[in-house]
Amino acid sequence: MTSSVATQDVLPAGEPATPGLPAGKTRSMFARGLEVFLENRLAIAGLAILVLIFGFCFIGPHVYHTDQVHVNLANENLAPGTGHPLGTDVNGYDVLGRLMVGGQISLEVGLAAAVLATFLGTVWGAVAGYFGGVVDAVMMRLVDALLSIPTLFLALVVVSMFPPTETEIILVIALTSWLTTSRLIRGEALSLRVRDYVQAMRVMGGSSARAVFRHIAPNAVGTIIVNATFQVADAILLVVALSYLGLGIRPPQTDWGGMLNSGLNSIYDGYWWQIFPAGVAIILVVIAINFIGDALRDSFEVRLQRR
Amino acid sequence: MIGFLIRRLLQAVVVLLLVTMITFILLRAIPGNVAVAVLGPASYRNPAVLAAFNREYGFDKPWFDQYLLWLGHLLQGNLGFSWTLDQSVSSLLGSHLPKTVWLVGVSVVLALVIAVPIGVWQAVRRNGPVDYVFTSLSFLFYAAPTFFVGTVLILVFSVKLHIFGPEGPQGGMVNDITDWKDLTLPVVTLALVTIALFSRYTRSSVMDNLAEDYVRTARAKGASGRRVLWRHVLRNSLIPIATLLGLSLPGIMAGALITESVFNYPGMGYLFFQAAQKQDYPTELGFIIVVAIATVLGSLLADIAYAVLDPRVRYTRL
Repeated sequence: MTSSVATQDVLPAGEPATPGLPAGKTRSMFARGLEVFLENRLAIAGLAILVLIFGFCFIGPHVYHTDQVHVNLANENLAPGTGHPLGTDVNGYDVLGRLMVGGQISLEVGLAAAVLATFLGTVWGAVAGYFGGVVDAVMMRLVDALLSIPTLFLALVVVSMFPPTETEIILVIALTSWLTTSRLIRGEALSLRVRDYVQAMRVMGGSSARAVFRHIAPNAVGTIIVNATFQVADAILLVVALSYLGLGIRPPQTDWGGMLNSGLNSIYDGYWWQIFPAGVAIILVVIAINFIGDALRDSFEVRLQRR
Repeated sequence: MIGFLIRRLLQAVVVLLLVTMITFILLRAIPGNVAVAVLGPASYRNPAVLAAFNREYGFDKPWFDQYLLWLGHLLQGNLGFSWTLDQSVSSLLGSHLPKTVWLVGVSVVLALVIAVPIGVWQAVRRNGPVDYVFTSLSFLFYAAPTFFVGTVLILVFSVKLHIFGPEGPQGGMVNDITDWKDLTLPVVTLALVTIALFSRYTRSSVMDNLAEDYVRTARAKGASGRRVLWRHVLRNSLIPIATLLGLSLPGIMAGALITESVFNYPGMGYLFFQAAQKQDYPTELGFIIVVAIATVLGSLLADIAYAVLDPRVRYTRL
């Protein structure tokens, strides 16, 4: 997961089946969308913020070397100053350096979980919507049931059973947050499956799998991408919440939520530099992603464009 | 209408059954041996004791029998027993649930009272300075993690200014009313996120309705802009808000969990968090069931309200 995923490739590679469309048609559709997107100043600002933060987190540590593994109590709770631009935390870790490595985990988990959740939700929703009837009813009632349990509660139960590594946290978040995606895609699939081209393909002997993966999912690609964008923001907030509650990434690794958690212990000592950098970083990333998501929605959704 | 109600009610029952199955699967997925977890590692040396425990709690039966047994208990209001707190989960709920209901209730009412007028104002003055200010604010509070908002509020209002307490009211429900100064920050924390969400919903709902034909008709018949807005548009705009409120309940409960752990407020969310740390599964799963039931009932009520309020809605097929 390098910075190129979120910066150069505005459209994440999460959706399964774009190859189904003729190349020419895809390009023109994306070109039009891109035009609308680039006109949106907030989206450009959001993109710029994301590029900067990705650079900060993934390139930063190669320029600014700090020890983020060994506790050094001689350096604990130093105020910002020379040598430590953002001070140190309760374990003597340099806060600026920790912001970089912590950000790597927050961003990696957010992106990976969102891509996985989007894939899962798309397949589930497309299958349910395409087949309809009993299949749809059973699949969607399961989604209803899972949706009625708060994601955070579900994730907490799972991580309390299996103390998680980074990969496992990605899985937990993905497995608990694909539900809204599946609902959206199911709605799209319900209207797409009766279209003439799907019917024609079926009459010609095409399989259901072909309908789902080559026709329904690609035509819902706007919905999928917009939803995936917001999923990234939500996944980052969820992993941050888990770490804040002490059930996320284990030390000496950390993410932005973990930094806030340890900063909270010294809230009465006035060590503001242990709380605000991580908090501001989270807010910036989530706002930037939301700006991009809103702009993508405007560029993809025809209904909104006409208004 | 009656047909819709019956179908919708059946659907809710199916969803609730699925919730119990999911919860039960989670209960079964717990690593290790429940008997060993409760009786301590030394019990490994005493298989007879383990077998007795398993027999007493039905762990020796096939899993489907266990599920039915557990479901039967559930229907009788028996949610299980917390091993770490040595209390039944229902008695824990009795002492902690009212506090969460109070916190969430006050916050949501406060949030709606503030968010709806803001959303209407934004929709009427859209793309003006007011709209931009509140849009930015709602983006900010939507993006800010609940615990960060809570932390900043504590830093400002109790550490620096000494106006409100840093910790939520402890003890029984009476303290929640007498110690309102301690309750203020938790309520504001939870309300801020909810305001951010619902002012957005109201804004877009009012904007959609302002574009409807009936607005033009009412204006053409001589109704004042004010009357059209408050009598026609607002009423129609609030209908989807009711549904969204039902759907937002799980999110608000998650916010309550975080808020309660930031402010040490002994509600259900805080207890759930402690249970998760101590791997007290019966408490965790008992609470999950309660929240899920509340959500299913909430969205059921919202859907019924929707059908009653909006005569255009025809529920021929869901």
